[in-house]
Amino acid sequence: MAIKRTGMEGSFAIAEAIKLARVEAVAAYPITPQTHIVERLAEFVANGELDAEYIPVESEHSAMSACLGTSAVGARTFTATASQGLELMHEVLYVASGLRLPIVMTVANRALSAPLSIWTDHSDAMATRDCGWIQIFAENAQQAFDLTLCAFRIAEDPIVLLPTMFHIDGFYVSHTIESVEFLEQEVVDKFLPEYRHPYPLDPDKPVTIGAFGPPFIYTEAKKAHEAALRSSKKVILRVWQEFSKLSGRHYSPVESYKAEDADVLLLCMGSFSETAMMAIDKMQAEGQKVGLIRLRLWRPFPTEELRQAVSKAQVLIILDRALSLGGTPPVCSEIQAALYPLKTRPKIVSFVGSLGGREISAQGFEEVIRHGVDKAKQGELDEFEIIGVRE
Amino acid sequence: MESLAIYVPRLVTTKEYFAPGHRACMGCGEALAVRLVCKALGRNIIIANATGCMEIVSSPLPSTSWEVPWIHTLFENTAAVASGIEAGIKVLRRKGKYTKRTKVVAMAGDGGTADIGFQALSGVLERGHDLIYICFDNEAYMNTGIQRSSSTPLGASTTTSPAGKVSIGQTTWKKNMPAIAVAHDIPYVATACHSYPFDLMNKISKAIEIKGPSYIHILSVCPTGWRLPSDLTIKAGRLAIETGIFPLYEVEKDRYTLNLDFPQLRPIEDYFKLQGRFRHLSKEITSQIQERVAAEYAKLKKKATSNNY
Repeated sequence: MAIKRTGMEGSFAIAEAIKLARVEAVAAYPITPQTHIVERLAEFVANGELDAEYIPVESEHSAMSACLGTSAVGARTFTATASQGLELMHEVLYVASGLRLPIVMTVANRALSAPLSIWTDHSDAMATRDCGWIQIFAENAQQAFDLTLCAFRIAEDPIVLLPTMFHIDGFYVSHTIESVEFLEQEVVDKFLPEYRHPYPLDPDKPVTIGAFGPPFIYTEAKKAHEAALRSSKKVILRVWQEFSKLSGRHYSPVESYKAEDADVLLLCMGSFSETAMMAIDKMQAEGQKVGLIRLRLWRPFPTEELRQAVSKAQVLIILDRALSLGGTPPVCSEIQAALYPLKTRPKIVSFVGSLGGREISAQGFEEVIRHGVDKAKQGELDEFEIIGVRE
Repeated sequence: MESLAIYVPRLVTTKEYFAPGHRACMGCGEALAVRLVCKALGRNIIIANATGCMEIVSSPLPSTSWEVPWIHTLFENTAAVASGIEAGIKVLRRKGKYTKRTKVVAMAGDGGTADIGFQALSGVLERGHDLIYICFDNEAYMNTGIQRSSSTPLGASTTTSPAGKVSIGQTTWKKNMPAIAVAHDIPYVATACHSYPFDLMNKISKAIEIKGPSYIHILSVCPTGWRLPSDLTIKAGRLAIETGIFPLYEVEKDRYTLNLDFPQLRPIEDYFKLQGRFRHLSKEITSQIQERVAAEYAKLKKKATSNNY
């Protein structure tokens, strides 16, 4: 059982999880707000606390590329990045998933330039939506610690073998000191056995990895990738269930907060869900039937669980933390697509907010919900609205 | 050197690690160089291969020409991938999960080395990974249809540096990659050419024994891109060396060795006249190039003689 509880910065909690996971290779490049994670890992390696190869590469592109190499020979591999770094890795992400290399990566979510912003939003996460990785959102340091450990179990499962990216909000999670409950090494060792890739690069059993796919085979290869990503959900559920027995902390693809009898639901992702909870608490105390839905699993998209969670509500207010410039905000468009085939579904109100680190307070969330309800009443559902913007 | 060709087939292993049946053009110097490199490397290796001709001709799913473990991922990241493989093996060996002493080899063309993969290569050389990086230099982006790279020699006509009424073709001098590798202060840098197979294989064998990064730059004649009859590949490679355009040399730490020296270099016209890519060059430009070749060769020779004894 869990024993230690310590006040610790989110980044360091993740680094602790990496150490407990006995990660064998880390290739990383500094970028705010991720850097504390890999700095701490470098210290662990330097002090002999973690027996791993630490490759201080010259770019994020090379970070992910080196991870391809370490993972392809069968070493448990981790990296972390954010924002521009994730964008620089972009093409390598598709290779990692297409080659089925179970790399685990933390993304400390941050806005994309221009204008340059080091502060958090989900633009970076959404830009990598289609790269074929498993993608999970954590809201606080504890979740980041837990989900890091789970990420390796999920990624390395022989029927999954897919890279896994988990998102934490830059600064809000990466730099905030929170109370975190840790697990003992023996417990983690039992939960997360040694990693063995079934087809590593090995002169005794030569394999060709990364051959090119002519038109007669490319579609089949991508279909197989799609099927693998979809079917990873049952492994994710199983691993989270097992973890919950171990730690007493439960995780689900779609998590509801006081949403059972709610007519109005707010849906969001990431750390500001916790601020939204305060608004929900207050509004419920005032007798309003409002609840909160947090999307934890982003890829594979949990269509079934989402439908179950929201289909009874009358209004679903979706707060995206990224734009799809010139189109529908990404989370909203995904949810609209998931709910469209249903006979009864809530009215969807789409907001975008908290871009580039702009705060939304608990009171701000109350306003968002009230404004969303008004819009639903008036049938103003055609277009999304950026909230809190100075015109 | 001419008579050595007779003995080569008898003195080299008959085992092929780069299997025949690949889709390289007739007379491809690079495919020949890869084959020789693989013979010299043996089986206890892992290859990371950049996007380019060799990846395309050797690996269409579901077939492969590679009898050794081989990975291709992208164009510009091969050095980084190889560094990951090397680091991965290192930690697995330390933990007793991997027992062999496997050499990691990165292979890329001149575009993948001197242009798009330049940064990743510099990173790997600077970090001192124990691997061999081999550049197969056919002096342009041949896979995409003969576009100029920074390794294309001055005056060569390519599809993106075409010779025209007001252009001589490529207007810049060939980037000196071996010198850049030397500047990283790595233990071993060498140039080679498939037309000198023993020299090439000896250099690979040497690189295997070296701890740390080695950089080997292999001139690989491309009949398709150089506009050259495919039966002249070997001859063209020899002329590149005999004219001093591409000298064969090694740099071990700071020690330069000119592997093949000639009392008198052949005129560069001997090399140029075989190739359509230089056909348009005026006498004036040719003599400018000749001057530069002589000067560069003299510089190299000075380095080789000053620290040899």
